[in-house]
Amino acid sequence: MGIVNLAGVDIDVWEGGEGPPLLFLHGAGGFRPGPAFLDLLGMHQRVIAPSHPGFGLSDLADWMDRPEDIAHVYWELLDRLGLDTIDIVGTSFGGWIAAEMATMQPQRLHRLVLVAPAGVKTGSRHELDIPDMFATPADVIQRMLYVDPDKFKVDPDAMTDEELRIMLRNRESFALFAWDPYLHNPKLPHRLHKVICPTLFLRGAHDGLISAEYVARYAALVPNARIVTLPDAAHVPQLETPEAFATAVLSFLNGEG
Amino acid sequence: MRAWHFSETAYHLLPPAETYDSIRVSLPNKHYDPAVGADLYHRFLDEWLLAEEEGLDIMLNEHHQTATCVDPAAPLMLSILARQSHKARLLILGNPIANRNQPIRVAEEMAMIDVISRGRLEAGFVRGVPYEISPANSNPVRMNERQWEALDMIVKAWTHHDGPVSFEGRFFHARAINIWPRPYQQPHPPIWISTTSPAGAARVGSRGYIQATFLTGFDGTKAIFDSYRSAWRAGGRGEDVPLDRLAYAAMVYVGETEAEAHAGAEKLLWYVTSNKVPPHFAQPPGYVSVDAGVKMLRGAEHPLSAFAKAATVEGAIKAGIMMAGTPDQVVKQIRAVYDHVGGFGHLLNMGQAGFLEHEETVRGIKLFAREVYPRLQAFGA
Repeated sequence: MGIVNLAGVDIDVWEGGEGPPLLFLHGAGGFRPGPAFLDLLGMHQRVIAPSHPGFGLSDLADWMDRPEDIAHVYWELLDRLGLDTIDIVGTSFGGWIAAEMATMQPQRLHRLVLVAPAGVKTGSRHELDIPDMFATPADVIQRMLYVDPDKFKVDPDAMTDEELRIMLRNRESFALFAWDPYLHNPKLPHRLHKVICPTLFLRGAHDGLISAEYVARYAALVPNARIVTLPDAAHVPQLETPEAFATAVLSFLNGEG
Repeated sequence: MRAWHFSETAYHLLPPAETYDSIRVSLPNKHYDPAVGADLYHRFLDEWLLAEEEGLDIMLNEHHQTATCVDPAAPLMLSILARQSHKARLLILGNPIANRNQPIRVAEEMAMIDVISRGRLEAGFVRGVPYEISPANSNPVRMNERQWEALDMIVKAWTHHDGPVSFEGRFFHARAINIWPRPYQQPHPPIWISTTSPAGAARVGSRGYIQATFLTGFDGTKAIFDSYRSAWRAGGRGEDVPLDRLAYAAMVYVGETEAEAHAGAEKLLWYVTSNKVPPHFAQPPGYVSVDAGVKMLRGAEHPLSAFAKAATVEGAIKAGIMMAGTPDQVVKQIRAVYDHVGGFGHLLNMGQAGFLEHEETVRGIKLFAREVYPRLQAFGA
């Protein structure tokens, strides 16, 4: 699809596959076409995957600093595409945006999938719900993200300058949106009761960032939610176990199980 | 040329560095003994007052959650000096306003100190080093924008005297600004900004504020001052850039003999060698530009970090970040930097650090003030 101008901001939108429309919202690492899970989803659904403002090749406006700002822009995108109802799949930081979207126009969601989502604070004020990614050594974070971190090592020497630029800009934009309050919107828990569509919370069993307790408390805020755990994945199941991920997502979106 | 005595009021009595990950942000404060800390505070205040007696001006700064500088509320320290000193100019460099929620509170604190000191305040503002981000829980992205907007708000608060005015910016909002007291100096105290990049200096130069730079050495300082002077001229402020607009901070230690000076200077190197900080605190996302970040991933290193790995007194002198030796030698070393960078009007003497004891600090200050300082007055004349 390429660049779409929304609210005065150029957003890079990737599109692939055929079938009922599915909005895919990426996590803090950004979006890249190519991984197997996109092909698997695309065999059954039309996948629409914007790069969030400040990520990939998408612009960032200076008025934007909260995930709610992105959610508003994406409803505008769906209006522009003439899509009345839609499935939304959001991973991690993208799950937070998906949850914000769902509270804004709940009647337009067919089904919602939140994969290791951030966005709420439900635990004690004396403890972080999600470990502080900005105060943790990079190698420790890699072990929180992946069952096999060696497979997903970042090697600057193997990357072009443009790829490095995008990676650093993604990190910067993630910090802008997620810094304070850390990875949550205090108002979101008080809006999630509006989300009436069937909702799936998907979590890798080895996720070091988003705990099972966190997902359980998050899901309890959504009226029609269920939780599925993927046994062999951590925080990024779509990359580490794409078949299991796609099976879980597609069977839920088809209304099975 | 004015010279300023500067101390970071460090707490240096730490366990071995290999036992902790970071001297900043996360070093447990169980290692801080308040009784020892009280003695250190009194000692450092005494040294500032002694520097004043010797004819130097006074400079201090602020950092948070760190043993390298136990002055997390610099206006408090400065308010003590505002009362106890009598003639020195009082430079705070500076207020980390990108990390503050209330610029108006900063305007009030500075106005109070200016009034108590009867107009001796030099009000400095800094963006803050990267490891200030986490203690302040402050977003590392858009810091420059916040800093400049906060400064505009502070200047507005200082310069309006006919009842409440408002300011509604991108980051900061106030409906009824009407500070009491207003500043002693009119229209407001001199404004200083620290920068370590030419791009930052251009913005300061276009506004005509005083530009300070820390330990940037021969070429780094020249690039910063050149950028400042270009922007000053482009801003229509005239061909001549007054020397008193430019300030350079270096480690300074003077001895009767070269050996004595170098022994003291060796201890001053603690400034750069003690700064053990892991990457997740030293490089928060967004603190440097994306392009600068790419260069770092490609192996570029900050000159000061590179130096700290093999810090020597000789190397520091050669790099232009330290002036140490006999009075004759120190005058020559200052002259060399001064000539290379096109001159400056303020020398910010980092004259105490780490294990440099009180008597050694005092001896260094006195020798500088009596044997070096008078000879700097001919510079630029």
